[in-house]
Amino acid sequence: MRLDRTSWITVAVVLGSAVLMAGLNLATGPSAAAHVPTYVIGLYGKYLCYAMLALAVDLIWGFAGILTLGQAAFFALGGYAMGMYLMREIGARGVYGNPILPDFMVFMGWHQLPWYWYGFDWFGFAMVMMLVVPALLALVFGYLAFRSRVTGVYLSIITQALTYALMLAFFRNDMGFGGNNGMTDFKDILGFPLRAPSTGCALMVLSALFVCLEYLLARYVVTSRFGKVLIAVRDTESRTRFLGYRPETYKLVVFVLAAMMAAVGGALYVPQVGIINPSEFAPSNSIEAVIWVAVGGRGTLVGAILGAILVNLGKSWFTSALPEVWLFALGGLFIFVTLFLPKGLMGLFAPRVRIVPDAPPADVPVGEAREVVG
Amino acid sequence: MTVQSNTILYLDDVTVSFDGFRALNALSLVLEPGEMRAVIGPNGAGKTTMMDVITGKTRPDTGRVIFGLDTDLTRLDEPAIASLGIGRKFQKPTVFEQHTVWDNLLLALAGKRAPRFTLWAQETPEERRRIGEILTTIRLTEHRNRRGADLSHGQKQWLEIGMLLAQEPQLLLVDEPVAGMTDAETEQTAELLREINQTRSVVVVEHDMAFVRALGVKVTVLHEGSVLSEGSIDHVSADPRVIEVYLGR
Repeated sequence: MRLDRTSWITVAVVLGSAVLMAGLNLATGPSAAAHVPTYVIGLYGKYLCYAMLALAVDLIWGFAGILTLGQAAFFALGGYAMGMYLMREIGARGVYGNPILPDFMVFMGWHQLPWYWYGFDWFGFAMVMMLVVPALLALVFGYLAFRSRVTGVYLSIITQALTYALMLAFFRNDMGFGGNNGMTDFKDILGFPLRAPSTGCALMVLSALFVCLEYLLARYVVTSRFGKVLIAVRDTESRTRFLGYRPETYKLVVFVLAAMMAAVGGALYVPQVGIINPSEFAPSNSIEAVIWVAVGGRGTLVGAILGAILVNLGKSWFTSALPEVWLFALGGLFIFVTLFLPKGLMGLFAPRVRIVPDAPPADVPVGEAREVVG
Repeated sequence: MTVQSNTILYLDDVTVSFDGFRALNALSLVLEPGEMRAVIGPNGAGKTTMMDVITGKTRPDTGRVIFGLDTDLTRLDEPAIASLGIGRKFQKPTVFEQHTVWDNLLLALAGKRAPRFTLWAQETPEERRRIGEILTTIRLTEHRNRRGADLSHGQKQWLEIGMLLAQEPQLLLVDEPVAGMTDAETEQTAELLREINQTRSVVVVEHDMAFVRALGVKVTVLHEGSVLSEGSIDHVSADPRVIEVYLGR
């Protein structure tokens, strides 16, 4: 794959900013003018994880035309897999000092580790599960939905229902994932203490690295012949069928891939924020992710990263300065972008960043509007 | 059933109803290999439904659709039927608007369709040669780098015909190819279809009687979902039943 200028700039900016901030955090004292405080490192790391969720949304929404309103479910599942590893890593250092059982299980009076917790003390296994579980869920869900040719708004609604159902399930204590409180009090990851600034910096730089890898992967997919078929499916699904393509298979492949991309974001998110609980499944999280992509520019990939970072920067500022205004600002931003910047922020540099053809306007329920009445 | 041995397409007693309305009513039709057939009929006669049944978009309530020797198309879905070698051109020109003319043809070229192939596929010299040939046939060589959306109506029609050629079908179904075309474009399209017909069987659905006359092929007149009359254009134009339901109005 040959990289265009936009890709080089994206990778350079994402990695460069992360390394620079980490360096300024570790190499300078708190009093130095150039010092980057540790909480900023944590925030930036969090934004980068959101960028992975946004990339996943852009891949499905921007290029396959499937408006997913449940992508954060896969992000949260990835987070839970990492959370389970981090819980086991605590070992006997928990409040109750039980070497096997996490605190919340002791608290609930459990005596045995549930079978599905086995193996999560091993990092490698946890990371495999972090990818496999969301991929399997996406495979089953996508297979059923795409095979029955559910499209447009109906598909959006069932993705929303999926994440809502998972939220309710994870709220239940007897699911064995910490119920309402989720998992927290993590101590270290692979032996590195999570409180140490160096661990925080490493996780943040690692997140930046994965944003770049996911970006390059997504870019490869959408510029390949597969991606051309995908865009064809997005714009004129019935035509692809009469050419002999199976749109449902294409959608399924991209849906599973996007689920894994979101899961990696979730897995890196949890050690950086120090907690995972069922609110990560909240439907509003998935909807916010769609707004990031719309703001940055749907169908551009770069726009997804940009949108995730900028909107969340805005959120951090608003929720501390003017907390009650944030939701209005977010809603206003969405309306503004839809009305005046239909191609998002990337639309401002339109001709230079068009790696692949334009997405149709965001307000067209894709897949339905263009269905051909033969 | 001797009739099957020398047919490419055989519709046998096909009935389709939508909420009690019979779009196709015991329709039977035989197409010989290498034949070009024009299908005409008033609105609602079942022309498009017939296309839908052949291409697998609609499943008939009763009847069989035999392709070639013994393939029953009513058991297959659209991609499977397309892969067997049946191409379809829609009434409204349907090309991939966001893709270039070149990419439109590339996606249509006969070949593997599975993601595990397209994820790694690179354009081969053979593919480039094929696309070049088709571009010449459909007279779009100079427009190969323009997006589908930027083409004129007539150019879109030709691009879609080119995509069908790229599929290398044995049978081509063409729905109203000259609707909205200028006279010059209509003439060129008739020529193009005759050229295509030298190697493939073609079914053309059309309203434009002048165009059907220009094609000079056997005509089937549909009415209320069944065949009303069949024969040369002069024969069907003289048929009193045809005049009554269609031409006379």
